[in-house]
Amino acid sequence: MRLRSLVAAAAVSALGISLAACGGSDSGDSSNGGSGGDQTLTYWASNQGTSLDNDKQVLTPVLQKFTQETGIKVNLEVIGWNDLQTRIQTATTSGQGPDVLNIGNTWAASLQATGAFLPFDDDAMKAIGGKDKFVPTALATGGKEGEPPTSVPLYGLAYGLYYNKAMFAAAGLQPPKTWEEMVTDAQKLTNPAKKQWGMALAAGSYTENVHFAFINAAQNGADWFDKDGKPTFTGDGNVQGVLRYLDLMQKDKVANPSNAQYDNGTKSVNDFANKKVAMVINQNNADSSIVANGMKAGEYGVVPFPAPAGAAAPVGSHVAGINLSIFKNTKHKDAALKFVKFMTDADTQTTLGKPFSSLPVLKDAKPVFTTDAAEAATFSDVYNNKSKPLPLVPAEDQFESTVGKAMNSMFAKIATGGTVTADEVKAALKTAQDQVAAGS
Amino acid sequence: MSVATEQAPAEAAPGVRAARKRGPDHRPGLSRKLPYLLLAPAVLLELLIHIIPMLVGIWMSFVKLTKFFIANWSAAPWAGLNNYRIAVDVHNSVGEGLLKSFGVTVVFSAVTVVLAWCLGMAAAVALQPPFKGRSAVRTLFLVPYALPAYAGILTWNFMLQRDTGAVNHVLVDNLGILSDRPFWLLGGNALTSLITVALWRLWPFAFLTLMAGLQSIPQDIYEAASVDGAGTVRQWRNITLPSLRPVNLVLVLVLFLWTFSDFNTPYVLFGTAQPPAGDLITFHIYNASFLTWNFGSGAAMSVLLLIFLMIVTGAYLAVTGRRSRRA
Repeated sequence: MRLRSLVAAAAVSALGISLAACGGSDSGDSSNGGSGGDQTLTYWASNQGTSLDNDKQVLTPVLQKFTQETGIKVNLEVIGWNDLQTRIQTATTSGQGPDVLNIGNTWAASLQATGAFLPFDDDAMKAIGGKDKFVPTALATGGKEGEPPTSVPLYGLAYGLYYNKAMFAAAGLQPPKTWEEMVTDAQKLTNPAKKQWGMALAAGSYTENVHFAFINAAQNGADWFDKDGKPTFTGDGNVQGVLRYLDLMQKDKVANPSNAQYDNGTKSVNDFANKKVAMVINQNNADSSIVANGMKAGEYGVVPFPAPAGAAAPVGSHVAGINLSIFKNTKHKDAALKFVKFMTDADTQTTLGKPFSSLPVLKDAKPVFTTDAAEAATFSDVYNNKSKPLPLVPAEDQFESTVGKAMNSMFAKIATGGTVTADEVKAALKTAQDQVAAGS
Repeated sequence: MSVATEQAPAEAAPGVRAARKRGPDHRPGLSRKLPYLLLAPAVLLELLIHIIPMLVGIWMSFVKLTKFFIANWSAAPWAGLNNYRIAVDVHNSVGEGLLKSFGVTVVFSAVTVVLAWCLGMAAAVALQPPFKGRSAVRTLFLVPYALPAYAGILTWNFMLQRDTGAVNHVLVDNLGILSDRPFWLLGGNALTSLITVALWRLWPFAFLTLMAGLQSIPQDIYEAASVDGAGTVRQWRNITLPSLRPVNLVLVLVLFLWTFSDFNTPYVLFGTAQPPAGDLITFHIYNASFLTWNFGSGAAMSVLLLIFLMIVTGAYLAVTGRRSRRA
C-alpha cells in the first residue's frame, strides 16, 4: 500500500509539473551581458525565403556588412511561422528574449499591449532615420493609432491571384476580374481525373485562412471589431464572407479536398509551381518559391484577388508585411536602434527586396522583387489602393487564432464529406467570439 | 515522494544516537544536523521542481493573466473564481469545449489503457517460455519505447497523410481494400489514428513491466498446476493474474495517468491543425492558454484536471487497498 501511494503521489505531482511547464521556459538565446565594445545582438528573423536555410544564406552577408560598419555582431536565428508567435509569447513572459525581432505586422497592436516592446518615440524614430522615410500606410501597421508604434515596417506584402498563363490560354480564358469569373475559370480548369484543380488553398493553415476571412468579409463591407474593440464576428457580412471562401472547396469544388491538410502557404504555392493547379492566391513573396520550383517569370501572371461583382469594397488584400521590433529589456538599446536603422535603409531594402520578394516600405522606392513590370504594377496597385489594414486592436491575434482555427475545422469537415451551412459558420464564429471575449 | 524523505530522519535518529554513545569521537552537534544536511538538496530540489511550480500554477488560476500582464505578472488583477466559473459553465462555448475535450480524453484513455495492457500481457506471456531468438523479439518489441517520441510520432504523421502517406498507399493502391482515400488526421478518423499512435508508444512499457512481474512467479507453481491438470488458460487466470495483481495495480494507474495527460502525441501528430475528434484535454488547455494568451483561464483548467486526477487516483487506491486487505 505504501509503495503504491508513493508511486501515485509521484505520478500525480509529475503531471502537475508537466502542465505547469506548458507555461514553460523556452530558453532562447538571450543577449549576453554587455561587455563594453564587444556587443552582440540577438536577432530573430521570420521565414521569408524558400526555407529557413535560404533565409540564413540571404541574411548572413547583410549582417556581416552591418558588423563591418558598426563593429556590432549579430546572432541570427530564423524561426518558422508555426513557431514564431509561441516563441515571442514565451520570450515576453520570461523576459528572456532577443534584442531585435521580426513580427507579422498584424500582431503589432496585440504585442504592443503586452508592453514588452520598445516604443519608437520621437527620439527612437530619429535614431532609425525618421518616420518620414516610411510609406505612411505601412508605418500605420506599427501599432495602435495615436500611440508611438512598437514596430516599424520591414517588408511589404500584398495578396494577388497568380494564374498559369499556358493553362489559361489552352482553355481560351482571360484572367478573372470578378469573384464569379474566378470561380467559372477555376471550374473549367478543374479535372480531378487528371489530378488537375482550378485552385490550391492553404486550407489547413489558420494564418492563411483568417486572412481570407478578413478579406472576404471586407469585400462585403463587414468589420471584425467595432469602434470600442469589441468583436463582431457573427455579422451577416462576416458569415457570408467566410462561407464564400469555404465554398471554393465545398460548392464550387475547384480545390482538392487534400488541401485541408496544407498547413502552410508554401504547399499550395508548390502545387501551382508544379503546374498541378491553375491558380493560387498568395502574397508576393510566393515569387521566390515559384521560381525555386522551376517555373519561369514569364509563365505566370498576377491580377488582384477579385471581389464579387457589385461588392461593397474592392478589397484584395490586407496591408500585409513584416515589421521589426526591439525588446524593451534589451541591454543594447543603441545597438538595436542602429540595427533597425540599417535594416530599413534604402540599400538594405534593395538588397533584400529581391530574394525575399517584398514590396518597398520606403517612400519613393521601386519594387525590385520581379522583372515582370505588369506583376510589379499589380502588387503596387493592390498594396497602395486595394488593401485594408487588419483591425489594430489588442485582440487581433486572438481573432487570427480563433477564427483561423475555426476555418481549419470547417475545411476539414468539408474535406471529409460533410457540409457546412451558413448557420454552422455563424455558430463557429460565435464560439470564436466567446473565446476572444473570455480573454480580454 | 516528500513523504519518504521526511520520514527518513525520524527513523534514522535513534540509530545515530546509539552510535554516539558507542563512539567517543563523535561531535554531537554535527551528527544531529548531518541527516538534515544530507537531505537538504533533495528537499530543496523537490520544492524547486515540484512544489513551487504547482503553487505558481494554482496562483495563476486565480488571476487575470492575459497578454496585458504577461510581461509583468505581479500586476495581474485578482480574478477570484472567475476563471473557474468560465471553465465549468457548459452553456458557454469555452466550458462546452472543455467538457467535449474531457469526453474525448476519457474515451481515448480508456481504450488506450485497455489495449496497451492486453497487448503487453499477451506479449509478456507469449515470450515467457524460452525459445530461440526470444531476446531478439523482446528487443524488437521495445523499439517504440526506445525511439525518441518526436521522431516516432512525426513518422506516423508522414505515414497518415492522405495523398502521400504510406498507410493509404498500402490500403488503397496496393491492397485495394478502400477505394476512396480516407483522411486519417482529419475528421472522425483522427481519434483512431491518435489511439493507434499512443498505443504504439505505450504498450512496450506495459510489456516490460508485466514481463518483469512474470519473472517473480516461481516456476514450480505452474508445474504443480499442470500436474493437477490445469490448462494454459486456467493457469493464466488462477496463477499468473493473481500473482501479478500488485504489478497490475500500479501499472494500470500509471498508464492511465500518462495517457490522460498525454501532450506529445496530439501535439506532434496534428501540429497546428488539430481536429475536434483528437482534442485531448492537455492539448486543449495548451490552446486555451496560448491561442488566446489567457494563462489564468488555462491554469484554472489545469487545476481542475489535477483535482480530477487526484480524486480518481485516491478512489482507485482506496478501492483496491480495501480489496487487498480483505483478501
